[in-house]
Amino acid sequence: MSVLVNKNTKVITQGMTGKAGSFHTKMCKEYGTKMVAGVGPGKSGQEFEGIPLYNSVIEAKEKTGGNVSVIYVPAPFAADAIMEAVDADLDLVICITEGIPVLDMLKVKAYMEGKRTRLIGPNCPGVITPGEAKIGIMPGHIHMPGKIGVVSRSGTLTYEAVFQLTELKLGQSTCIGIGGDPLNGTNFIDCLKMFNEDPDTDGVVMIGEIGGDAEIQAARWVKANMKKPVVGFIAGASAPPGRRMGHAGAIISGGDDTAEAKFKAFEEAGMKFTRSPALLGKVMQEALG
Amino acid sequence: MNIHEYQAKALLLSYGLPVLKGYICYTPGEVEAAADNLGGGICVVKAQVHAGGRGKGGGVKVAKSPKEAKAHAEKILGMTLVTPQTGAQGKLVRKVYVEAGCEIDREFYVSLLVDRANRCISIIASTEGGMEIEEVAAKHPEKIITVKVDPKSGYQGFHTVKLISGLKLSFELQKDLHKLFSGLYSSFINSDLSLLEINPLVITKQGKFVILDAKVSVDENALFRQPQLKTFMDYDEVDAKDLEASKFGLSYIALDGNIGCMVNGAGLAMATMDIIKAEGGEPANFLDVGGGASKETVTEAFKILLSDSKVKAILVNIFGGIMKCDIIAGGIIAAAKELSLNVPLVVRLQGTNVELGRKMLSESGLKITTADTMDDAARKVVKEVS
Repeated sequence: MSVLVNKNTKVITQGMTGKAGSFHTKMCKEYGTKMVAGVGPGKSGQEFEGIPLYNSVIEAKEKTGGNVSVIYVPAPFAADAIMEAVDADLDLVICITEGIPVLDMLKVKAYMEGKRTRLIGPNCPGVITPGEAKIGIMPGHIHMPGKIGVVSRSGTLTYEAVFQLTELKLGQSTCIGIGGDPLNGTNFIDCLKMFNEDPDTDGVVMIGEIGGDAEIQAARWVKANMKKPVVGFIAGASAPPGRRMGHAGAIISGGDDTAEAKFKAFEEAGMKFTRSPALLGKVMQEALG
Repeated sequence: MNIHEYQAKALLLSYGLPVLKGYICYTPGEVEAAADNLGGGICVVKAQVHAGGRGKGGGVKVAKSPKEAKAHAEKILGMTLVTPQTGAQGKLVRKVYVEAGCEIDREFYVSLLVDRANRCISIIASTEGGMEIEEVAAKHPEKIITVKVDPKSGYQGFHTVKLISGLKLSFELQKDLHKLFSGLYSSFINSDLSLLEINPLVITKQGKFVILDAKVSVDENALFRQPQLKTFMDYDEVDAKDLEASKFGLSYIALDGNIGCMVNGAGLAMATMDIIKAEGGEPANFLDVGGGASKETVTEAFKILLSDSKVKAILVNIFGGIMKCDIIAGGIIAAAKELSLNVPLVVRLQGTNVELGRKMLSESGLKITTADTMDDAARKVVKEVS
């Protein structure tokens, strides 16, 4: 009933002893996620909350069978942490860390080419398959197991959407925060593909933002391939232009990075969408018929 | 983070790139002396503010003598420069850059930026130097060429060949052009830039490349490893409320409306602004208190909102995840009491410990309107100001 993570996922935490890492590792463990190891160079042999620490990701993987890592390492060291997890050949790396230099992410993306590890994030809340595994910083209790997939660039706005779904008794198969950074590991289309192929997902809520053209590409993909209803929303219709990087960036991405252009792409793709973030759950309910 | 032209040129010079000699000056007297030091001939006096289109607003003047340079400086220094990018309120000019003149043969547009779609650094160039690139893109898109540089290869000779062909330049310039662009690429990578725009890049009548204007943005996330660039931060160019917000880890952007917003998370903050607008209101700001905000940050956020005299009502929309609703409620109550809140306040709390948070608000004795959903909250706050 899920994509990416489930009850068998074994999680290694990179940056477990920091403030965010220790708090969220504890929360994820309480949710029932199999938190099998933590990584801290020179800390092999120590423990935190009953979870053993190892010097490296590769050592943690060999000793515990961990197949997914979650990263809370501070931004200056996060790119290194991602590459270490990819080098250890894990299935999935979820990077929560915010504020990684963009050139570091360019390097990471180049390094990951041809490798099988998938990256979610950075600058994201993580991934949750309700009732099975919560990996990241989202509040577990607002979720409920079910058949709606959620994919989003935002954190708290995703919680808002999930909350609305749960209120309407529409449980979630898996909720994926792909992150708000310009360069991320997994995009909307990757997630839509997974949800399309997952027999236990009946519909998808997709939450985008202004900037970039990922939502427009996704809308085109939905039109051509998606067999299930997708409900879209774009945050930032009221945002003033010009507070982001200069116009040269907009030119290269085609210039169509406004909320309006993205809603239009949803419309052209025949997708359901709402301009009100308060109606995400309701529109999904209608879309399911 | 944006930096001034004179700082950008000092940075580019450190990479051996061709910029003209110049001095940063704060008084007309300094300008006269600088012009004299530059040889006493033709020089250019350029206002240093963080905005493009300075020439159009009268912030860039050519002088034929040190005396004329001084006369220009007397007008430019202290003026409020209005350009298409400053908005109507303009920007106060506190300093000018005095630069040697040169004889221009041809002008080009060049920029380097992080191309997120192609996961590379892209070089954009055009033969239409001196013009706004947006204008060129609209009227003559065929005159813009893009050369993608894969971070794995870095800048190579074949990129130079593409630029020469695309800009229809003579191969006699190949060596000079290669040196110029490999230097620009190095500066971009090594100094963690997010945008490097040269408009114009010129070829002088003597056949030399010169960077005549430079606009540089630095990746703020990389400032920890760019100690020199960190010192280039000009606090006079940043909105005071913006600066106060960043001290407390808050993200604030001032807007033109009258409904102050306090929200956690950038996406939810944008969505809250959207829904206020959809209900017929106008947000006064974007304010993201972040995921891990405390009672203190909530108080600071309130102070910032209330320091804006345009704000006629406040909407707080918090989805408590990591940030528990009772903590937020405590912050709201403390701030409202400390700051003797005198505008209507609408609060929508949802998430972890919501019942406790709501109970605290209703028992506080403060005049707070509560709302259960986002649209309900937006409607209520818009009603307060209409």
